[in-house]
Amino acid sequence: MKHRSEYRNPLLAGAIADRINRISRKPCSFMEFCGGHTLTIARHGIGSMLSERINLLSGPGCPVCVTPMEEVDLMSALAGLPDVIVATYGDMLRVPGSKASLLERRAEGADVRVVYSSYDAVELAMSNPHRQVVFFGIGFETTAPATAAAVLKASSLGLENFSVISAHKTTPPIIAALLSSGEMRLDGLVCPGHVSVITGVAPYRQAAAQGVSCVITGFEPVDILQAVLMLVEQVEQGRSEVEIQYSRTVRDEGNPRALRIMERVFAPVASNWRGIGVVPGSGLEVREQYCAFNARNRFDITLPETDEPAGCICGRILRGAASPADCPLFAGRCTPTSPVGACMVSSEGACQAHFRFRGHARL
Amino acid sequence: MCLGIPGRVDKIEGEMATVEFGGADRQVSLELVPGEVNVGDYVLVHAGFALERIDEDEARETLQMLKEAIGLETSQ
Repeated sequence: MKHRSEYRNPLLAGAIADRINRISRKPCSFMEFCGGHTLTIARHGIGSMLSERINLLSGPGCPVCVTPMEEVDLMSALAGLPDVIVATYGDMLRVPGSKASLLERRAEGADVRVVYSSYDAVELAMSNPHRQVVFFGIGFETTAPATAAAVLKASSLGLENFSVISAHKTTPPIIAALLSSGEMRLDGLVCPGHVSVITGVAPYRQAAAQGVSCVITGFEPVDILQAVLMLVEQVEQGRSEVEIQYSRTVRDEGNPRALRIMERVFAPVASNWRGIGVVPGSGLEVREQYCAFNARNRFDITLPETDEPAGCICGRILRGAASPADCPLFAGRCTPTSPVGACMVSSEGACQAHFRFRGHARL
Repeated sequence: MCLGIPGRVDKIEGEMATVEFGGADRQVSLELVPGEVNVGDYVLVHAGFALERIDEDEARETLQMLKEAIGLETSQ
C-alpha cells in the first residue's frame, strides 16, 4: 500500500457518498477542525457529493489562520533587531501583520529563513554562533512536540543563541469553547487525524458526552467520506461516541512519547485565537525550567495592540458561523495573491481553499 | 503545516531516518515515534519528525471492511 491512492478511488468514494445519502434522514451539521480536512473537502468537492441535509463546516483548525496578528508583529519586530535570524515554517511568511508580513520584512533586509523542521533552526544556531536564532513555533499538537524537541536539543547542546516564540495551541480547550458558545448547533465533529495521532481520543470525550458525535478522521477523500458515513450512522442511531476512522495511524492513547516531550517543555496558558479571542488553557508556553530558550524572556519588546482589518470576517469563518462566500471582501479585495485576512493566506485556510477550488473541485 | 505525509523508511541511522515520499528523499527524526520503526515501514511525517508508524494490516482491514459495508467488490 502507498497509503494515498487507495483512498482516492472515485468508485469507492462515490459508493460511500451514495450510502450516506441513502441512510441520512435528519439534517445535520458536522465541523472539521483541521486545515488538512478543509483542503481535502474543497479540493475534491466532497460537499457537492452529499445530500443537502448534510452541512460541512470549517472550524478553527488552520494554525496560520488562528495565530493572532500580535504574534506576527512580535516576530516582525524580532526580525528587525540586529544580529537576529528569524526561522519559521513557510506558511507564516505571507501572513499580514499590522504593518508588514515577514516576507515584506525580509525584502527590507531582515534575516528571515524558512525551515522545514525545528531542528533546521537549531542547526542554523549552531552554524551562526555570533547571531541569535529565534524559531517561530506555531501549530497544534502535531508541531508542538517538534518545537519541544528543539528546545531540549538546544538545552543539551548548551546553545546560548537559540530561542523560540511559542504560538502553539491545543485542541481540547477550543472544542470546549466552541461547543459552549451556542453560536451554532453541531451534531458531529470530524476530528483532526494528525492532532489525534498525538492526543488519542481523550480531547473528544467531553464533546461526545454532550451529545456531539465524534469521528477521528484521515486526510484523503475516502477517509473524509467514511467519517461522514460513520457520523451519519451515529446521528441516525441516536449515538454520540468517539470513533476512529483513521485507525491505521491513531491509537486510543495517542503518542505517549511525544506527549511527554511536549509536557516537559510546555505548560498550558491562556491564548488569543485570531477572530475568536482569548481561550483559557489553550496555548503552550515554555516552562520556567527552560526559560533561557524563551525568546519572550530574552528580548524585551513591547508592541501596541492590533486591530483586525476592516470588513474581514475571518473570525466568524473560523468559528464556523459564516462561510467564505459570505465575506464582502472574498475574491474581490481579498485573494491569495493579495490576502486581507489570515484565512486567505494559508493553503489550509477556508477562504483560500474555497477560492482555489471554486467550480473545479474533483476526485 | 498540518499536512502530514506518509513516507517509506529507506534507511535508519540512530534517531534519524531517510524517508522516501513519492520519489523524493528527506531526513526525518524518529525521536517522537513511540514504538519500533524498521526499514520498509511507512511513517506519518510532519515538519521533519515522524509521528507514528502506519499500521499496514489495520489499513488493509479497514478498507476491506468499508468496501464490504457499502457493497463493493473486495478486489477493487
